[in-house]
Amino acid sequence: MATLDTAPATPSSALRDVLSQVDPKRRRKDRVMQVLVYGAFVLAMIPLVSLVWSVISKGIGRFDLYFLTHSMRNVYGGMDAGGVYHALLGTILITLLTAVISVPIGIVTAVYLVEYGKGSLARAVTFFVDVMTGIPSIVAGLFAFSLFYLVVGPQSKSGLVGAVALSVLMIPVVIRSTEEMLRLVPNELREASYALGVSKWLTIIRVVLRTAVAGITTGVMIAVSRVIGETAPLLITVGATDSINDDVFHGNMMTLPVYVYRQYAAGLVPCAPGDDACIPTINYDRAWSAALVLILVVMLLNLVARGVSRWFAPKTRA
Amino acid sequence: MASPATAMTPPVTPDPPPRRRRSRTTDRGLDRAFRYLAVGSGMLILATLASVAIFLVLEALPALTHDDLASEIAWIPEGGNLGDVVGPLIFGTILAAIVSLGLAVPVAVGIALFISHYAPRRMASALGYVVDLLAAIPSVVFGLWGVLVLAPKVQPVWQFLVDYFGWIPLFAGDEHGNASNPPRVLMTTALVLAVMILPIITAVSREVFLQTPRLHEEAALALGATRWELIRMAVLPFGRSGVTSAAMLGLGRALGETMAVLMILSPGFLYSFKLLVASQQQTIAANIAAKFNDADDIGRSALIATGLALFVITLLVNLGARAIVARRKDFSGAN
Repeated sequence: MATLDTAPATPSSALRDVLSQVDPKRRRKDRVMQVLVYGAFVLAMIPLVSLVWSVISKGIGRFDLYFLTHSMRNVYGGMDAGGVYHALLGTILITLLTAVISVPIGIVTAVYLVEYGKGSLARAVTFFVDVMTGIPSIVAGLFAFSLFYLVVGPQSKSGLVGAVALSVLMIPVVIRSTEEMLRLVPNELREASYALGVSKWLTIIRVVLRTAVAGITTGVMIAVSRVIGETAPLLITVGATDSINDDVFHGNMMTLPVYVYRQYAAGLVPCAPGDDACIPTINYDRAWSAALVLILVVMLLNLVARGVSRWFAPKTRA
Repeated sequence: MASPATAMTPPVTPDPPPRRRRSRTTDRGLDRAFRYLAVGSGMLILATLASVAIFLVLEALPALTHDDLASEIAWIPEGGNLGDVVGPLIFGTILAAIVSLGLAVPVAVGIALFISHYAPRRMASALGYVVDLLAAIPSVVFGLWGVLVLAPKVQPVWQFLVDYFGWIPLFAGDEHGNASNPPRVLMTTALVLAVMILPIITAVSREVFLQTPRLHEEAALALGATRWELIRMAVLPFGRSGVTSAAMLGLGRALGETMAVLMILSPGFLYSFKLLVASQQQTIAANIAAKFNDADDIGRSALIATGLALFVITLLVNLGARAIVARRKDFSGAN
């Protein structure tokens, strides 16, 4: 501004206008694109809001202690009864078993890739972990079914088969997130440990994994929340049942996502006119409430995962 | 044992033993066991993937080698063979995935730009989290919402498309010139699939857009570019391959998605481009989920054969996406 006074020639106001204003056509285009970009964001919020609202408003009606503590045994027609206990139990047991299978394999493989991996084997493992990430969930289900069908024989449906299918989906997610966390551990920590004469495996367990434990836990919980909602592989490997089955090694089990699907597929109940005890939409109501339970479980896991990373993070930075 | 040796040859012995001991300490006992464990679990991954392929092929073989499947399996047309069903299924799978991709990519790129270049920094990470929430919602819930909430709402829109754009083959109506009602059609399915693959495309695109070199952006601004021109000239060219690979990852997801399709789409086995008419197409994954539990041995085998086809298709798509990412790494200065 001040230089204007000393400048030999002040630019004319017309020139200043040209320099300080954008050509109207370009400005219009800029505005239009801005509206489009904002619009895209709003557009994406519509399904999210609509979905969350539908699940809450339609699911809250049957969502109570009775619903959480009763199974579907001896529930038929439009009876105002039935709950989700057997499905919740099945989901928890199968997911736990999945985690027991995939977490150790995932973490040790990530350790291999970060701490030991060199040469063609490591490259092959990295590549095939990528490939595994892209396996469609139904194909994982078909694999687990084929494996147990050929090894165990017919009548092979059980929670374990479902857990194997889910593990195929979960292992690559655990490997990816753990690998990222291990790469964040500063090399100085490893070198300090070696300098003190600590052997490599102890360094990995006591220094590297200890430093990264918060991040690894978060990654594992997010991986769990991903597989907990898987439906298709469980539909073909675990089947469905109306009764409580707490034995993951024998027999069909119910799980929450399959429960939602089965209740939806059961459809409207044809009620006799004047039958007040019969609720035509009972199956849809139960499906929405089970969807609410499922979403709550997933959100809870996500929140815990975020909490874990927040509470433990400062320690690793120190 | 050491003392006689030192007594006999004092200058040589102090040196070799420590060196030998050191070479032993680096890899012995638990250390070696742990290394074997790590390598072993790496190999387990390879073995798992190999066994996925092997067991699928083993189970699919009876159907692939059977010469008269039509007589054994109800859903294979009279006198036909497996190919007569797999063809339309592959067609339906790819059509659904591509339509959903067409709906999702523009919106996803818009959201990614909004988060990376339009929204205030503080708001941006919160918004990113909200979009990630979409990814955490189980697919069966999307299916339930799609068929019970979304479908009744979009039916008038589909009818409008048939009425005014019916001359486009994709939007052609049924024999009465109507869109199907209830709209359990491919378009509704693709819309739900688009919402489901939105988060992954957004997340990858956002990461790439945020990596745009600061100098490129400032150079564009210094030349007097508007915000859109900045994006056109600096951000999009830089992010193009990233968006492409994000779209292909989304395509891989859409190809393998089962529940939403199973719950929404009314199945048919035709090579039909009619997106707004029911009972025209079906996808491989939904077809397996619908028929698997009631199938006998040979029927299951045929379904697993179709699953094998799906596996190969998604494999190719994902490999394509990785190849694009890898090529980008080579010339990008960002990493």
